[in-house]
Amino acid sequence: MGKTLAEKIWAEHVVAAAAGEPDLLYIDLHLIHEVTSPQAFDGLRIAGRKVRRPDLTIATEDHNVPTLNIDKPIADPVSKLQVDTLRKNCTEFGVRLHSLGDVEQGIVHVVGPQLGITQPGMTIVCGDSHTSTHGAFGALAFGIGTSEVEHVLATQTLPLLRPKTMAINVEGSLKAGVTSKDIILAVIAKIGTGGGQGYILEYRGSAIRALSMEARMTICNMSIEAGARAGLIAPDQITFDYVQNKAHAPVGADWDSALTYWKTLTTDTDAKFDKEVNLNADELAPFVTWGTNPGQGLPLTASVPNPADLSNAEDRGAAERALEYMGLKPGTPLRSIAVDTVFLGSCTNGRIEDLRSAAQVLKGKKIASTLRLLVVPGSARVRLQAEAEGLDKVFLDAGAEWRSAGCSMCLGMNPDQLKPGERAASTSNRNFEGRQGKGGRTHLVSPLVAAATALKGTLASPADL
Amino acid sequence: MEKFVKHTGSALPLRRSNVDTDQIIPAVYLKRITKNGFEDGLFAAWRSDPAFELNQSQYKAATVLVAGPDFGTGSSREHAVWALQNYGFKVVLSSRFADIFRGNSQKMGLLTVILTQDEIEKIWQRVESKPDTQFTVDLAAKTVTYEANTLSFAIDDYTRWRLMEGLDDIGLTFTKIDEVTKFEEKRLSFKPKTLPIR
Repeated sequence: MGKTLAEKIWAEHVVAAAAGEPDLLYIDLHLIHEVTSPQAFDGLRIAGRKVRRPDLTIATEDHNVPTLNIDKPIADPVSKLQVDTLRKNCTEFGVRLHSLGDVEQGIVHVVGPQLGITQPGMTIVCGDSHTSTHGAFGALAFGIGTSEVEHVLATQTLPLLRPKTMAINVEGSLKAGVTSKDIILAVIAKIGTGGGQGYILEYRGSAIRALSMEARMTICNMSIEAGARAGLIAPDQITFDYVQNKAHAPVGADWDSALTYWKTLTTDTDAKFDKEVNLNADELAPFVTWGTNPGQGLPLTASVPNPADLSNAEDRGAAERALEYMGLKPGTPLRSIAVDTVFLGSCTNGRIEDLRSAAQVLKGKKIASTLRLLVVPGSARVRLQAEAEGLDKVFLDAGAEWRSAGCSMCLGMNPDQLKPGERAASTSNRNFEGRQGKGGRTHLVSPLVAAATALKGTLASPADL
Repeated sequence: MEKFVKHTGSALPLRRSNVDTDQIIPAVYLKRITKNGFEDGLFAAWRSDPAFELNQSQYKAATVLVAGPDFGTGSSREHAVWALQNYGFKVVLSSRFADIFRGNSQKMGLLTVILTQDEIEKIWQRVESKPDTQFTVDLAAKTVTYEANTLSFAIDDYTRWRLMEGLDDIGLTFTKIDEVTKFEEKRLSFKPKTLPIR
């Protein structure tokens, strides 16, 4: 029987295997940031170990960093200590670091692809659950904890039990105004936040093949929101074109060898997935979350659900608690919900195509006077590219704030936070209680819905304008 | 890592599903550069509510957390495991754990035990009516025992052995480091390197 793509990549990376033990898997690329690495470097120091492969390791500053006044010292002393610690560790252990102010600084999952070090067939890890983003290139990419960060630093391997595989088949074509963000929100609503636990997801079908690389990254990014550590998409011409000519892409004869290999990275026609889920792209509409986990989402045209209508006691309890936290009443049309803040950015939707699509909606218009729009590019390079295209001017003219790169309000670790009770439409990935600031309320949306909402003041799609 | 063979203690019922790691410890508490001192951030947003279980005196001594389904979803932050351990928890019981959280807990020696939701529900009811009920979690026997009840749970043999011996994963991998070197010699030459900077 044939193999799935995930099984092929896994098999290619097994260093050692023994019955009753996890496989020891080789890691091709290790991405580092300031929050989940200090204790790992400390562990190396205590044990007198070094970083085995600094040439397969790269670090950037993203979670903690301010998005204003980045030429000044970081104001929060605790954040500053964490960033300084990363800088010291990278110097001591010989790890490449892109610091605040560097053109390659930015969210770790935006930086890898833009440098061309994210390529098909690789194993990629990072102490961040959204590492699944890199799966869009046909790589096996997943988030790890700090103990595992230390393990990879020391050995460039990880002992892992092989997950099962699940196919997410999305056939058909998306209607205008419907994006890859809406696909993944619909997937999570369908299979639930635990649906992917123990699986690697493979997104397949004509609707997936039609997506750009950046749109594919948005989908793979949120695999973890469905409980799956990794999600991937088989590489094709769109992938190869995206990688070619990037700084670290193979060149010359290496490019030819790489391409020949990459073209083998598909699921065999006779391979069998442990589970399959089907979605019809023709039926999808702009999606928005109403609750406090990413599975609590509905089409924008729907109303806030009534927990009493849910048959499962567990879902009912979760919905009741979510509505209380969100300050929403059952039956309220989602499009009548007013927001205080719109956040455009994050590793989910902070790339150049995301900024372009939002700018197209905002061009020549003004945002509602009742809200603020925060635009945070995913990397310093994305910011420069946007400025070269005049997108910064579109945002500023519309009344938005144009910030420097970082994770920013996606997780509210830097000063970009919601105040208690404030409500945001956010292009990020998590609507957890307090995620964007203590007491803050989050509705997850696509960049198009974010832009339309910023203009209207209430949750809206461009079609509602 | 401390060995885990058997633990006996009282329990704290957490009747919530989908408790993500942002709830276990919010991002603003992640700025420390050590593995200790995270207990203050544990369930920080809920701690201001006097009715929250962690604030109730009858559960003060609890070392076994009895959680709802899908515990530990979201962010990969190992700080969630450290916060639970720093606070004093030794075991978490749930019907479903998120993969990354479970992996992290197994690296740190916090035992995560999967029971059925029916079993969890019965434990919640028992603990709510008798908070000092003692639970014995026996990793050797793969059982959770309270009063006259003995519940079995599954865990892969390798992880169980490693937890019972308190073994460091990195040390174990170093015993196979020659195989890693051999693997590196035959890696595809076009695979990217981060250095030198291009």
